[in-house]
Amino acid sequence: MTARHPTGHGFSPRQLAAALPDALRKFDPRHTVRAPVIFVVWIGSLVTTVSAVVNPSFFGFAIAGWLWATVLFANLAEAVAEGRGRAQAEALRRTKKETVARRLRPDGGEEQVPGTQLVVGDRVVVEAGQLIPGDGEVIDGVASVDESTMTGESAPVIRESGGDRSSVTGGTTVLSDRIVVRITTCPGEGFLDRMISLVEGASRQKTPNEIALNILLASLTIVFLLAVATLQPMAAYSGRQQTLIVLTALLVCLIPTTIGALLSAIGIAGMDRLVQRNVIAVSGRAVEAAGDVNTLLLDKTGTITLGARHATEFIPAPDVEERELAEAAQLSSLADETPEGRSIVVLAKNEYGLRGREEGRVTGVTFVPFTAHTRMSGVDLDDGRRIRKGASTAVMKWVRDQGGHPPPDSVRGDPHGADSVRGDPHGADSVRGDPQQKLGLLVEAISGEGGTPLLVAERLPDRPARVLGVIRLRDIVKAGISERFAELHRMGISTVMITGDNPATAAAIAREAGVDRYLAEATPEDKMDLIRREQAGGRLVAMTGDGTNDAPALAQADVGVAMNAGTMAAKEAGNMVDLDSNPTKLIEIVAIGKQLLITRGALTTFSIANDVAKYFAIIPAMFTGVYPQLGHLNVMNLGSAQSAVLSAVIFNAVVIVALIPIALRGVRYRPTSAATMLRRNLAVYGLGGLVTPFVGIKLIDLVVHLLPGIR
Amino acid sequence: MSDALAGLLTIGVLVLALAAVHVPLGDYLARVYRSERHLPVERFVYRLCRVDPGAQQRWTVYALSLLGFAAVSVLLLYLLLRLQRVLPLSLGHSGLPPSGAFNTAVSFVTNTDWQWYSGEAVMGQLAQLAGLAVQNFLSAATGLAVAVALIRGFVREGTDEIGNFWVDLVRSVIRVLLPLAFLSALLLAACGAVQDFAGAHTFTTLEGGDQTILRGPVASQQAISVLGTNGGGYFNANAAHPYENPTALSNLLQTFLMLLIPSVLPRTFGRLVGSPRHGWVLFAVMAVLWTVGLTLTTVFEATHHGTVPREVGAALEGKETRFGVWNSALFGHSATATSSGANDASYDSFTPLGGGVLLLNMLLGEISPGGIGGGLIGMLVLAVLAVFIAGLMVGRTPEYLGRKIRQREITLVALYVLAMPFAVLVGVGLALAFPGPREAILNPGPHGLTEVLYAFVSAANNNGSAFAGLTSGTTFYNTALALAMLFGRFLPMVLVLALAGSLAAQQRVPVSSGTLPTHQPMFAGLLTGVAVIVTGLTFFPALALGPLAEGLK
Repeated sequence: MTARHPTGHGFSPRQLAAALPDALRKFDPRHTVRAPVIFVVWIGSLVTTVSAVVNPSFFGFAIAGWLWATVLFANLAEAVAEGRGRAQAEALRRTKKETVARRLRPDGGEEQVPGTQLVVGDRVVVEAGQLIPGDGEVIDGVASVDESTMTGESAPVIRESGGDRSSVTGGTTVLSDRIVVRITTCPGEGFLDRMISLVEGASRQKTPNEIALNILLASLTIVFLLAVATLQPMAAYSGRQQTLIVLTALLVCLIPTTIGALLSAIGIAGMDRLVQRNVIAVSGRAVEAAGDVNTLLLDKTGTITLGARHATEFIPAPDVEERELAEAAQLSSLADETPEGRSIVVLAKNEYGLRGREEGRVTGVTFVPFTAHTRMSGVDLDDGRRIRKGASTAVMKWVRDQGGHPPPDSVRGDPHGADSVRGDPHGADSVRGDPQQKLGLLVEAISGEGGTPLLVAERLPDRPARVLGVIRLRDIVKAGISERFAELHRMGISTVMITGDNPATAAAIAREAGVDRYLAEATPEDKMDLIRREQAGGRLVAMTGDGTNDAPALAQADVGVAMNAGTMAAKEAGNMVDLDSNPTKLIEIVAIGKQLLITRGALTTFSIANDVAKYFAIIPAMFTGVYPQLGHLNVMNLGSAQSAVLSAVIFNAVVIVALIPIALRGVRYRPTSAATMLRRNLAVYGLGGLVTPFVGIKLIDLVVHLLPGIR
Repeated sequence: MSDALAGLLTIGVLVLALAAVHVPLGDYLARVYRSERHLPVERFVYRLCRVDPGAQQRWTVYALSLLGFAAVSVLLLYLLLRLQRVLPLSLGHSGLPPSGAFNTAVSFVTNTDWQWYSGEAVMGQLAQLAGLAVQNFLSAATGLAVAVALIRGFVREGTDEIGNFWVDLVRSVIRVLLPLAFLSALLLAACGAVQDFAGAHTFTTLEGGDQTILRGPVASQQAISVLGTNGGGYFNANAAHPYENPTALSNLLQTFLMLLIPSVLPRTFGRLVGSPRHGWVLFAVMAVLWTVGLTLTTVFEATHHGTVPREVGAALEGKETRFGVWNSALFGHSATATSSGANDASYDSFTPLGGGVLLLNMLLGEISPGGIGGGLIGMLVLAVLAVFIAGLMVGRTPEYLGRKIRQREITLVALYVLAMPFAVLVGVGLALAFPGPREAILNPGPHGLTEVLYAFVSAANNNGSAFAGLTSGTTFYNTALALAMLFGRFLPMVLVLALAGSLAAQQRVPVSSGTLPTHQPMFAGLLTGVAVIVTGLTFFPALALGPLAEGLK
C-alpha cells in the first residue's frame, strides 16, 4: 500500500482552527436543517438569545452562548472532516493541468484541441512525455505510463491495447512510446474529478443506514420535545413554572446532540479512510455494504498465492539419477525467463550445486522457447540431444511422437489428461506397480497436493525419447494469509477462492491457505453463478476483478472492487476502484466498512446513555425549590440550580469536541466475533456513556458554581 | 400465618404454576396458529361470515379488516349501551349518556376496560353479557391475532402476506380463549364467585337498615376479564368485591390467569420462528422486569412510613384484609404489568412509591409480561430497536432473526415508540393546562398530578386500571381518555402490521459469527436496559413531579 497521506490519521487542534471559517459558514439555517437534531439546537439558541435579551441575566446569556457553541462545535466536526478531504483534493487538483489533446480526425489527420473539449469516443494520440488528456482505453500501441499522480506509486506501469491493461487515466504521463487512446469519459467526470469531489464530500449523499439512524434520532428528538413541552403544564401545576431558557437547556441536553453533531463527520471520515488506502468508492452505500459482506470471492493468484509458482523438488523416473534430472531441468530452463523457469535454475543450483552455466556462455545449444501451442520449452544440443519440459500431456505427446513409451495420460483414463485429474487421496506414497505407471501416479499425486507437475523428457540420438522425471512446482501461499482468513472466519465472513486450477490442486491450496470454500476451473460464468447463488441465500458478496470478462460479476457483486490496472469495462462495472491494484485490499475495505458502522453505533449509544446523568443534574435543579425532597436526586451534589443547568449544557457542548478525534479516526476495531465486539463496545460506550457525564458535569460545576453571576 | 409468609407462598405457587404450563401451553398456541386444519365449528363461522379461510392477506388488508371489525364493534356496543333501557335484562337501568357510552364502547373494544361508571349502578345483564363480555373475548383475540401476524413477519420470506385476520381471530376465540375461560369460570365459581341471573336482592341488616346486594353472571365475566387481560369488573369494586374474588385462592387464580397467556407467548414466538432460545430471551426480560417490579412494590408497600400505617402496623388503607399487603401488592403489580388493570385494592391508597411502580409498569409499555398479544408485540418492537442501536456496534447493518432493520423498519418502530408517550404527554398537558379538567383532581399536590398522569397512562396503554381520586366521568375525560385508548391501541397495531409486512417481504440473511447474537443472556441484558432507558428518559420529569416528589422524604 502506498502511504499517500502519511499524516492522515492524526488530528491536531490546528485542524480545528483551520476549519473555523467553514464552521461559521455552516450556521446558515439552510445547511443546518439537513441535520434535524442540530437544527433544533440552532432554534433553541435563537430562542434563548432572544429571551436573554428581553430579560437580561448572566445565566441567560451564558446558556445562550453555550447553545450557540454547541451548534458551532457540530459544524466544526463536519468542517474538520471535510477540511481533511479538501487538503487531499487540493493536492489532486494541482496535478490536474490543462492539457492539449492531439485529436485524430475521421480522415486520419490530427488536430490540437484543449483537453476540456474532448467528448466520449474521441481518439487522441499521446507520445512520450505528454499528459494523457482524459480517461480512456488504449486502442493502439503499448506505452509505459507514470501514474504516480493517481496512486503515489512511482514505478511506471505498462498500458497496452487489447488486454486487461488497456485503461488509462487522465492526468497521468506517458513515459515512452506512442499510444492511441479512445476517450471514454467526459472531461470533468473523469477519475480524478470523481476522486476530488469524493474526498471533498461535495457529492456526498446520505447512506441508507445513515438515513435510518437519522430517523431514529429525529424520533428521539420528537419524544424529548414532547416531554419538555408537556413539562411546563406539570411544572405550573406543581407551582414552579419554568423559564424558557431552562426548558430549552433541558431539551438540548436530552436530544441526541452528540451523535447528531458527529454523524456526517463519521461518514466523511469513513470515505476518507478508504481514500487513504488508495481506494475510490463510487458511493458511500458501497462502503456500508462492505461492512455487511458475508462472502468474499478472492482470486487465488496474487491474492492468496504469490503471483508465480516455484519449483520445490525434482522427482526422477525410476531408472534415472536425481542429478541427471536436475541437470536436464536446469539446462532446459536457462532461457526460460518466467519466474517458474528461474526457480528451476535456482533449485538446481541450491540442491545440486549445478551452476556456472548461463545462457550466453553455453555454446552449441539452441533454445526452444515456450509457446502456447506446444506448451513446452526446452533446448536442442548440437550433439543431437534434445530436452523438453512442460505440461505433462504435452511432454508425453512429444515422447510418443519421438518413439518413446510414456506413462498413460492418466491411469484413470481421464480424458482431460493429467493436468486435470482428480487428486489421489493417498499421495505419492501409494506409488507402486511398473515404472511408467508409477510416474503417472506421481503426476496425479502432485496435482492432488496442490502442486503443478512439469515433466522433463530427453531424447538422445538414435534412441527413443524417455521421461526423466517430474519437477514439482508449488503455489506459494502468501505469508500471514491464513491468519487473515481465520480472522475473517471468526467475523462470520466466508471466503471463496476462485481459481482456474483443477479441483484437486484448488482443494489442496484452499486447505493450506485456510479458505472456507473454493471454485475450481472457474469461468466468468461460474463466478457469476456463484455470486447469484450466494445472493439468493441472502448473502452479500464482495469480489475483486480486473478483466473485461470480470465486468458482469463485478456489477452483480454487492461490493465490486476493480483493479486500477484493469480494463475500463471492469472499472465502470465495479463500485470501487483500487488504485494500487492490490486484490488483498478487499479485506481492508471490509474492515473500513465495519469500522464506520461501529463508530456510528458506539457514539449513538454513548449519546443516549449520556442523558441519564443530565436528568439527574437538571430535574432537581428545576424543582427542589418547590419539592425540597427532590434534592435526593441531586446525586452529583451540584453547587446550585443555575450552575447545574449550565454545567450540563457546557458538558453537552464540550463532549462533541472531545469526540471529534474518535469520529474521524473511527473507534478501535479488532476482527473478532460479534459477541465479543458487542461486549467490549457496550462496556466502553454504553457504561462509559452512563458514567462519564456524571464525572464531567461535576467537574464543570466545580468551576461554574464559583462564577459571580450564577445563583 | 403471617402476611409475608402467605405472600411468599402465594408467589411461590404462582411461579411454579406458570412454569408448569409455560412450555405445553406455548407450544399449543404455536400449533393453533400454524395448523392448516379448520374445526367444523370454525368452518361454520367462516361460512356464516362469508370468509374464505384459505385466503391470505397483505398487511394492508389485514389492518383494514382489523380496523373495520373494531369500528363495527365500537358502534354496536355504543348502540347497545345507549339503548339499554328498551332492551331486555336491563335491570331497570337507563341508557348511558353519549360521551359515557362512547368511552365504554371504546374502552372494551380496545381491551382497556377503563370504567368511569360503577357496574352495579349502570349496567344491566344484557349489556354485561352481550356487550362487555363479548368484547372481552374479541379484543383479547384481536391482540393475539396481531401478535401472530407480527411473528409471521419474522417467519415468512419474500411474501407480502401475513396471514388472515378472520382466521386468527376465530381461532383465538374458539381454540384458546373459550376453553380456558370456561375452565377458569368453573374454578372461580368453585371458589365461591357468584354465577346466576338473580339480580338485586334487598336485605334487612342486623342494624335494621336496608341493603341491596346485586348478583349476576359474575364468575364467567371475571374469568375472561382476567384471562384476556381486560380487567373490567362486574362490580365497581372489581376484584376487591367478595362475589368477584371471594378467597385468597381465587385471588391467586386470577393473578395466574392475568399472567398466563402473556407469559407463554414468548414460547409460542420461539416455536414459530424455529428458535426457542429467542423466545427464552424475551421471556427472561419479562421475568426480570416483573420480578424487580414485584420486589419494589412489595418493599414499598410493606415498609411504609406514613403515620397511620406505622400505628396500625401495615399500609392497609384501601386494601382488603382478606388479601393483606403482600397479596395486594402481587395482584396490583401483576394487573399493571399485564394490561389487565383489574384491582383487588385501591391503587390510589398505595404508598406513593408503590403506586409509582404500578405507573412505571404501564410506562414501560406493558411488557412485563404485558397485555395479551400486546406484551409480546411491545417486547419485539423494543428488540428491534435494541438491535438497531447495538447492532451497529458489531459492524453490520442491524438485523434481527435474519431480517435487516433498514429505513422502513426503523421508521415504523420509531413511530410505535412515539405513539404512547404522545398520547400520554399531550393528554396530561392538556388536562393540566385547562381549569375544568384541573378541578376534577380531588387530591392536591404531586398525588393529584399522579392521578391525572395515571389516567392517561392507563388509557393509552389499554390497561384500564384507575388510580381514582379523579372525577373522570366528565365529558372532557370521557372523550380525551377514549381518544387516548383508540390512539394507543390501533395506531401501534397498524404500525406493527406494516412492520410485519415489511419483514415478511425480506429475504432472510444467514446467521454467522459476525451476526449480533440475539439469543444469549447478553442480549437479554441489553434489551432490559433499552426498555428501562427509553421509558425512563421519556417520563422521568413526570415521574419526578408525581410519585417521586410525593414519595421521597
